[in-house]
Amino acid sequence: MKIFRKKLHYIRGLKAGIPIALGYLSVSFTFGIMAVSYGFTWWQALLISAFNITSAGQFAGIGIMLTPGNYLEMVITQITINIRYSFMSISLSQKVDDKFKGVSRWILGFGTTDEIFAVSMTEEKVCRSYYAGLITLPFLGWTLGTLFGAILGNVLPDRLVSALGLAIYGMFIAIVVPEMKKIKAVVYVVALSMAMSSFFYYCPMGQKLSSGLSMSICAVFAAVIGAFCFPVKEEE
Amino acid sequence: MELKEFFIYLFIMFGVTYFIRVIPFVAIKSKINNQWMKSFLYYIPYSVLAAMTFPAVLYATSSMLSAFIGLLVAVVFSYRGESLTKVAMLACIAVFLTELFL
Repeated sequence: MKIFRKKLHYIRGLKAGIPIALGYLSVSFTFGIMAVSYGFTWWQALLISAFNITSAGQFAGIGIMLTPGNYLEMVITQITINIRYSFMSISLSQKVDDKFKGVSRWILGFGTTDEIFAVSMTEEKVCRSYYAGLITLPFLGWTLGTLFGAILGNVLPDRLVSALGLAIYGMFIAIVVPEMKKIKAVVYVVALSMAMSSFFYYCPMGQKLSSGLSMSICAVFAAVIGAFCFPVKEEE
Repeated sequence: MELKEFFIYLFIMFGVTYFIRVIPFVAIKSKINNQWMKSFLYYIPYSVLAAMTFPAVLYATSSMLSAFIGLLVAVVFSYRGESLTKVAMLACIAVFLTELFL
């Protein structure tokens, strides 16, 4: 009976993961294409995806990898781009049930992404089986998409590749915009962050910084300003 | 790129990304009460995504016009509360259609 219930939770998680997996297919496909165009082999692209399952960190990462010995920049960039996962993990740690602890956190914590986090937050209590199910298909979508992109990328027509270039940003926008609609302060934080990143992008002085570093400066600065000017109320 | 170099980079990337996710998950068992920290934690995902998206999105396709239209479509449909997948797909389709006419 207990095993049966676990199975049900797992299957429920699997189902919830289907749309995420589909979205990941298109984004990771783009990643595969991009990695190969940077000079990586298909298996290198696949390994990067299988070990990281993170969009932005990987896109920034392969750029850094092109220069030998840039280890510190890699560490700083990955920390700044991915630090949001820490915050998600903190939120998640408040939502899991009593059995979701110890080894299961060490293993399943690996699968936390923006979308998986967002979906899991819709649960009353997150149990291990559900979370494992939720992670499964997006992980497969992410790795297989990378593989297909890396292998098939060059046979795809340019028009299609160009169109897929927007997939990752479409997903980012779909995370940010609903929150901007709900909470006014997010609009200001997002606008400030975008304005700063445009400044770094177009101003010759800002171009000297690596994209990862300038991105984190924008993000941290905008969030700090947001926290000072619009403190989040208790119940949120 | 040398193979050794690749694996060093892969290892660093994996290590940072993995521990950034797992350490807080394993370590934090009580609730965070600091108001400022909570607010900062709340805003950072959105400010990161915003900085990552703009202006890079304008250069993500083969023409700025198609990227702009894709961006517009993504904003409109996400404003209407469509799912991540649907928004991403519709934005791609918008780019594709725009470029057919360029």
